[in-house]
Amino acid sequence: MSSATAVRAGRPGFVWVAPALTFFGLFALLPMVVVVYLSFTAYDGLNPPQWVGLENWTRLGADPLFIETLRLSFLLTAASWVLQTAVALPLGVWLARRGRSRALLAAIFFIPLLMSSAAIAVLWGTLLDPNFGLASVLGPLVGIDDGNIIGDSRYAFAAVILVIGWQYMPFHTLLYQAAARAIPVQLYEAARIDGAGRWRTFRSITVPQLRDTIITSGVLIVVGSMTTFEVVLILTGGGPGTSTRILPLHMYLEGFRSFDMGYASALAVVLLVIGTALSLFIARVTGYRKMASQREGM
Amino acid sequence: MSTSSRVRRTLVAAALATGLAVTAACGTAGPQEAGGGDELRLWTLQNEGINTVQQAAVDGFNAEGGPQIELTTYLNDPYKSALQTAIGSPNGPDIFYNWGGGNLKGYVDAGQVADLTAALDADPEVKETFIPQVLETGTIDGKVTGIPMQGVQPLSFFYNKDAFAEAGVTEFPTTWTGFLEAVDQLKAAGIQPIALAGAQTWTSMMYPEYFLDRIGGPEKFQAIADGEPGAWRDPAVIESMRMVQDLVDREAFGTNFTAVDYDNQASQALLTSGRAGMELMGSWQVTSLNDNFPDFLEQDKLGWAPFPAIEGGAGDPANVIGNPSNYYSVSAGSANVEAATEFLMNGMTSPEYVQGMLEKGQVPALTGIEDQVASTGPFADFNTYTYEQTKAAPTFVQSWDQALPAAEAQTMLTNLSKVFTKEFTPEQFADAMDTASR
Repeated sequence: MSSATAVRAGRPGFVWVAPALTFFGLFALLPMVVVVYLSFTAYDGLNPPQWVGLENWTRLGADPLFIETLRLSFLLTAASWVLQTAVALPLGVWLARRGRSRALLAAIFFIPLLMSSAAIAVLWGTLLDPNFGLASVLGPLVGIDDGNIIGDSRYAFAAVILVIGWQYMPFHTLLYQAAARAIPVQLYEAARIDGAGRWRTFRSITVPQLRDTIITSGVLIVVGSMTTFEVVLILTGGGPGTSTRILPLHMYLEGFRSFDMGYASALAVVLLVIGTALSLFIARVTGYRKMASQREGM
Repeated sequence: MSTSSRVRRTLVAAALATGLAVTAACGTAGPQEAGGGDELRLWTLQNEGINTVQQAAVDGFNAEGGPQIELTTYLNDPYKSALQTAIGSPNGPDIFYNWGGGNLKGYVDAGQVADLTAALDADPEVKETFIPQVLETGTIDGKVTGIPMQGVQPLSFFYNKDAFAEAGVTEFPTTWTGFLEAVDQLKAAGIQPIALAGAQTWTSMMYPEYFLDRIGGPEKFQAIADGEPGAWRDPAVIESMRMVQDLVDREAFGTNFTAVDYDNQASQALLTSGRAGMELMGSWQVTSLNDNFPDFLEQDKLGWAPFPAIEGGAGDPANVIGNPSNYYSVSAGSANVEAATEFLMNGMTSPEYVQGMLEKGQVPALTGIEDQVASTGPFADFNTYTYEQTKAAPTFVQSWDQALPAAEAQTMLTNLSKVFTKEFTPEQFADAMDTASR
């Protein structure tokens, strides 16, 4: 044990992290190893897994649904990032300033954060009901006369992105609110003395100061969107047709409806690799790991 | 039972979402440790009403002082996963609920199910009590491996008498030509002819199921279920899909059916409010309407009728489609197969069990219970219709999604949804299924 170095640095020894490491090993690493193993087997949960070599992996290339679901997952990720950041950042900054009306609005706005994903999906499913829900009222206003939003492959995916956005925007707003409050007031005072306007201060002070938060929030959105699942399962079940079948849902249906656990495991490994690669990529490209202070002159 | 399977899907999804899929699956009592031959575990689906009837049957059996049975209940989707992984293990059930057909075949092929043929042959009196067409679905490769334990669930049309009267349709049509006329009349009267909860494909599936049976006869689907090469490419399959798209083109289902959900009773609301004229659904519809729209039944607005005959078709119009029943099977690895078999043969046919099921709106798949069916419970009229229809049916074709192996069923549902949205032509559907079934 390297407790000597740890003690010298004045930090707790290895033993302190042992419980966390054990849990991580048992409930994260071990399942990952098992899933990689299963991806090389044919397994229906009933008969013992049978080694089939690369069969599941070559099947990936021949499965048109795999390409389609992968494309949809990337699309969902990109759209979620743009939409959620575009709304959450300005809103968070606005909410960061004190004021009774802002506090009240913030409290209302954060309500989606308190609801479970399943509840949100059921709620929106009811609202988007074409005959008895809000869709029958709002649909005609946007040119969808029969209220058929989640039942039309042209609109269903957009509806899913909006519902997921509605669910997670409050969380990211909260991140931005906290980060914006941490920006030293002196920076703004100095800028005002220099004659900078509101837009200029936002662009030259607020956004650069929020850099780390933008990246953190971005990583969370990217990884979250790649693995998002329950809202889509309950809201559209992947339909109509396969127009909202994203990769995690495809994995679930293959594993737990078709009982094709081997192939589902291969899909799970793909998800794992993509999710990890994406978050590492974001961290690298943005220089996040350096975590340099942006408070110049402070 | 299939009702709960569908209605509960949302709840189950909620459980999944919180990652409790399998762990939260346990219902009333957790499985005990592997015991000797004196303890039998019976696994079944959670359904408050029916569970009490099942518990009564178990209590009666236990009171005889022999081996004791313990009842454990599960929610639908978690049950499927739990059973799939636990069967054959020391913690698995001795008696388990299943859907018969392709669902049961998977377990039989894996050598996990006891053959009950000899026991039934030894007691012909009990054997002949079961409606043969229904027992057939519990018979795999010529061996009886499942005993019907729940009500029969054929699919019928349910219609709104007021809406039909408003459109000038006096009687429910018995031929397809007449049916299409009725569709046009309803549409002309500003009523959506058919309510279809197309957000879930199992509801949409009912139409091609009946089309294929009426056009080509039950042999066509049998060939598909048997995995015969080219069975999905049969002209009757393609014609069935063409008829589906004809209904879509006529706007028989309205225009937004792909967004209509069954789990929140949206299609039933269309039917009962008179915005739609009829709905094709399983016999559980009456119980469900009674729960959710009691006024509709009290005001005697509900009519029901069998699926019409299709002129020139090879299939007998008396054939029915649906869930013949649900089944109890005995694990091959059970320490006391005899006791389990005895419980199934006597328990599922006892007058008390029949009485209990009828009161809950379930018609057991037994012969010679006419009087009891006609005199018991709030749905006696409808139950009599269901019972007579089932008994008279030359064949009772099991719902496709339950008759086929899980993977093929899933692909079928996906491809079928594309037929309804017209992303697939009938030929593309046949090709896709042909490829998938190889």
